[in-house]
Amino acid sequence: MSAVVEKVSQPVQGKTATFKSRFENLKKQVIKHKVSYLFVAPFGIIFLVFTIIPVVVSMGLSFTYFNILETPKFISWQNYIRLFLGDDVFLKAVKNTFLLAAITGPVGYLASLMFAWFINELPPKIRAFMVLIFYAPSISGNVYMIWQVMFSSDAYGYVNSTLIKLGIITEPILWLQDPRYVMPVILIVVLWMSLGTGFLSFVAGLQSIDRAQYEAGIVDGVKNRWQELWYITLPNMKPMLMFGAVMSITSSFAVSDVTIALAGMPSVDYAAHTVVNHLIDYGTIRFEMGYASAIATVLFLTMIICNKVVQNLLKKVGR
Amino acid sequence: MKHRKLNTKRLNRSLGGDIFSIVILVIFGSFMVLPMIYAICNAFKPLDELFMFPPRFFVRNPTLDNFRDLFLLMAQSWVPFSRYIFNTLFITAAGTAGHVVVASMAAYALEKHKFPGSKLFFSIVVTSLMFSSVVTAIPNYLVMAKLHWLDTYLALIVPAFGYPLGLFLMKQFMETVPDSLLESARMDGASEFRTFWTVAMPCVKPAWLTLVIFSFQTLWGNTGSTFIYSEELKTLPYALNQILLGGFARAGVGAAVVLLMMIVPVVLFMVTQSSIIQTMATSGIKE
Repeated sequence: MSAVVEKVSQPVQGKTATFKSRFENLKKQVIKHKVSYLFVAPFGIIFLVFTIIPVVVSMGLSFTYFNILETPKFISWQNYIRLFLGDDVFLKAVKNTFLLAAITGPVGYLASLMFAWFINELPPKIRAFMVLIFYAPSISGNVYMIWQVMFSSDAYGYVNSTLIKLGIITEPILWLQDPRYVMPVILIVVLWMSLGTGFLSFVAGLQSIDRAQYEAGIVDGVKNRWQELWYITLPNMKPMLMFGAVMSITSSFAVSDVTIALAGMPSVDYAAHTVVNHLIDYGTIRFEMGYASAIATVLFLTMIICNKVVQNLLKKVGR
Repeated sequence: MKHRKLNTKRLNRSLGGDIFSIVILVIFGSFMVLPMIYAICNAFKPLDELFMFPPRFFVRNPTLDNFRDLFLLMAQSWVPFSRYIFNTLFITAAGTAGHVVVASMAAYALEKHKFPGSKLFFSIVVTSLMFSSVVTAIPNYLVMAKLHWLDTYLALIVPAFGYPLGLFLMKQFMETVPDSLLESARMDGASEFRTFWTVAMPCVKPAWLTLVIFSFQTLWGNTGSTFIYSEELKTLPYALNQILLGGFARAGVGAAVVLLMMIVPVVLFMVTQSSIIQTMATSGIKE
C-alpha cells in the first residue's frame, strides 16, 4: 500500500499539486476500502458523537462560563484557577479520590490477580463457583445498599451490635456520619466490588497458558509456585495484566455511586466527597457547566496519565 | 479453543502452599459472599425479624411477605408498574442487540481488513477504555438536547451501541477466526456482509455472548434519570430506587428490591460463565 502512495506523490511540482494528489490518493484509498469503512461507520459515528466529541467539547467548555441558558462566555483559565486555588471542597475531593484510587486501585488489582491465581489451582467445578462468588459483587446492581444496613448507625446495625456484644465498643458508632469512619467503610465497600472485568481477564489468562511451558520451566530449574508465577505465568499473561490495570485504574478514579448511596450527597463535612461527586454537584445541581467541565477535564487527564504511567511500569514485568 | 485439564498432574506444589491458598480463599470468599447472603436473608425476613434487637444474620421464619408487599406497592403506582418493566426490557434488548451488531461489524473490519486508519481508530478505542464515561456526561447531555433525543428511548439505546469495551473484546477475539475460512466463503461468491454474518459471527459466539452480558449489565442498572423526564418512559431501576428511598417504612420491600436487582445479572453470568472466560482469554492489550 505504501509503495503506491510514494509512486503517486513523487512526481509533483508545487504545493497545490501535492495537496491535490494527496487528496486524490486518499479518495482512491477510501473507494478501494469502501466496504471496510462501511463496516466501521455505524460504530465510528456513534463513538464519535457520544465519546470523542464530548471529550473535546468538555475541554472547550472548561474555559468558559456556561449555565445552559446563556451562550458560553470565554473566561480563559479562570475555572482552573478557581478549582485549584479557591475551592476547598474540590481539594478535599481530590484528596479523597486519590486516597480511594491509591488504595482500591493497586489492592483491588493485586487481589484480583492473587485470587485468580489461587482459584486456578482448583478443580474446574469449584473454580467456576469461586469465580462466581468473587465476581458477583461487582455486577449485582445496587446490592452495596446492604452495607448501609450492616453499618447502620444505631444498635440495630449488624456491625454495631456485634461489636457491642463482643465488648469492643459500648455505644453504637455513627459509621456513615462520622467523618473519621466514613472513608474506611467506603474503602471496604469499594474493595468488595473491585473484582470486576480485570479479574475475569486474569482467570482466563491463567487458564490459557500452555502446560508445556510449566514443564519446560521445571527443566530450567523453577523450584516452586512463586518462581513459576514470576518467571512463567506473569510474563505470559502480560496483555491481560495491561487490560486489568486499565480496568481497575479507570474504575478506581470514578467512584461515586457508592459514596452517594452510603454517605449521602453531600456527605457529612465532605468526608466522603469524591471528584466525581463534585462534578455531579456542579453539573446537575448547580448547573455551572463550564466549571463542571473543568473538573471533568482534570479527571480525564488524571485517568489517562495514570494509565500511561502504569502501562509503562507493567512492560517491565518478568524482565 | 479446547479446555485443558490443568490439574491432571500437578507441578511444583507444596502442601503448605496449597493449605495457605485455600485458607486465604475461604477467608476472602466469605468476605465476598456474606453480604450477598445477608441481602438474600433480609429479603425473606418478616418485619419483626428485620427490626429485631440484637439483629440476626440468618432468617428464622422465611416469608414472602416482602415480595407480596412489593407487588402490592407496584399495583398502586401511578404509572402501571408493568410499564417500568417494559421500558427496561425494551431499552436493554434494543441497546444490546444494536451493540452486538454494530460493534461486531466494526471489529470484523478492524481485525480482518486492515485498511488505512484502522490502527489509529483502534488505538483511540483502547484509549477511551482509560477514562470513565462520567467525564463525558455533561457534553453528552448537550448532544442529546441538540439531537432532540431528550426524554426518548433513543437517548438510552443509541449510546449503548458504541461501548468501546465491546468493540475491544470482539476485535481481540476475531483474531481466532481463521482467515482461510473467510477466504473460502469469498471464493464461493459471498458478499462481505454475508461472510461476516454467516461465517465469522458463528465462530465468535463466545464473544458476542460476552458482549450481550456486559451490555445487559450496564443497561439493566440504567436509571436513565438524566435524560428521561416522563414518568411513563422511566426504567425499572429508577422505580425501584424510588421504593428504596422510602427508608425504614419500606425496609422489607427494599430488601426484596435489592434481591430482585441482583439476582438477574448474577444468574445470567452463571449461565454464560464459560463463554465469557473464553472471550476474556483474548482480552489482553498487546504492546
